[in-house]
Amino acid sequence: MSLVSESADLAHPLRTEASARVSMAGVEDYLALMKPRVMSLVVFTALVGLVIAPGHLHPVIGFAALLCIAVGAGAAGALNMWYDADIDAVMTRTAQRPVPGGRVEPGEAFAFGVTLAAFSIVALGLLVNLIAAALLAFTIFFYVVVYTMWLKRSTPQNIVIGGAAGAFPPMIGWAAATGGIGIESCLLFLIIFFWTPPHFWALSLIRSEDYARAGVPMLPVVAGERETRRQILIYALVLAPVGASPWLLGYAGLAYGVVAIVSGAALLALAWRLWRAPSERIAKRLFAFSILYLFVLFAALLIEYALGGLFGRTFA
Amino acid sequence: MSEQPEEPGIVLTEEQKRRRRARSIAIALALGAFVIVIYLVTVVKLGPDVLRRPL
Repeated sequence: MSLVSESADLAHPLRTEASARVSMAGVEDYLALMKPRVMSLVVFTALVGLVIAPGHLHPVIGFAALLCIAVGAGAAGALNMWYDADIDAVMTRTAQRPVPGGRVEPGEAFAFGVTLAAFSIVALGLLVNLIAAALLAFTIFFYVVVYTMWLKRSTPQNIVIGGAAGAFPPMIGWAAATGGIGIESCLLFLIIFFWTPPHFWALSLIRSEDYARAGVPMLPVVAGERETRRQILIYALVLAPVGASPWLLGYAGLAYGVVAIVSGAALLALAWRLWRAPSERIAKRLFAFSILYLFVLFAALLIEYALGGLFGRTFA
Repeated sequence: MSEQPEEPGIVLTEEQKRRRRARSIAIALALGAFVIVIYLVTVVKLGPDVLRRPL
């Protein structure tokens, strides 16, 4: 499937039998195209970046910024599902997504994604600022073109480099509030960037047969489970200090530092257990805990800010 | 001039009509929300200056 061939179909909507069918898509199918669970994490991390940034942003402008970021994330999700429909169709976890499930035509998903992307970027630029809009545009481009179209099908480092797309939202939130990019927002970027490999590789250990059947070169498929567990441990070793870096560098307070060290140690312990005694149960626990880890770290920043630096210095 | 017989075209089932109606309502709600957001942001950005304009 290519952008060119899809565009050709869109230009001649009655050319194929599929495009002449009456759409049976429900509203819930279009919501599913936007990957609401991924979107919720994007919105939450962007909210933290926006709130802890120095300066004041009117709540209405802040809400508009978050709405644009959410819609932009949804656009990236829809374009990902449009391009990856062939992969999704052969994987158990994704076979019932709207496009492979036959409820939404590929052209509809493409048009939906492009429309939302254009709206969200233009609106963020006009309503908030151009730096935030440029970052959102780059994030969508990175996720759709660099990760989905290029890296995902060509290298086991796909989710390492592609993980940058998921790490940008707090920087976009920060840029929406300040009009720039600070060291603090780069630290938030690094936390998510180093969090992505152990998170996704724990999932791919559980689903390696699915990925192998779809021909996606995930690390367990290409390099084996032992190497994947070793890489998970290495990234967890890097992630734990990076997670604590906002406190270590003096940008966050002691409360955040304690939360980051304790949760980082727990993540590291799980990665160590997975390395020493591999089992699907521990891989599942690591996957679930990694989601909790990221949520707890960003929630700690938010709560610390809300308490006004009660336990020490905050970003503000 | 002889009249052309009416073509039946595509006849939607009740389920297709229901889904199309749901999609239409969702688009209307999204557009309405977009208008409200633009309105509120305009008021916030312009503030009292919205009333100060050259005559």
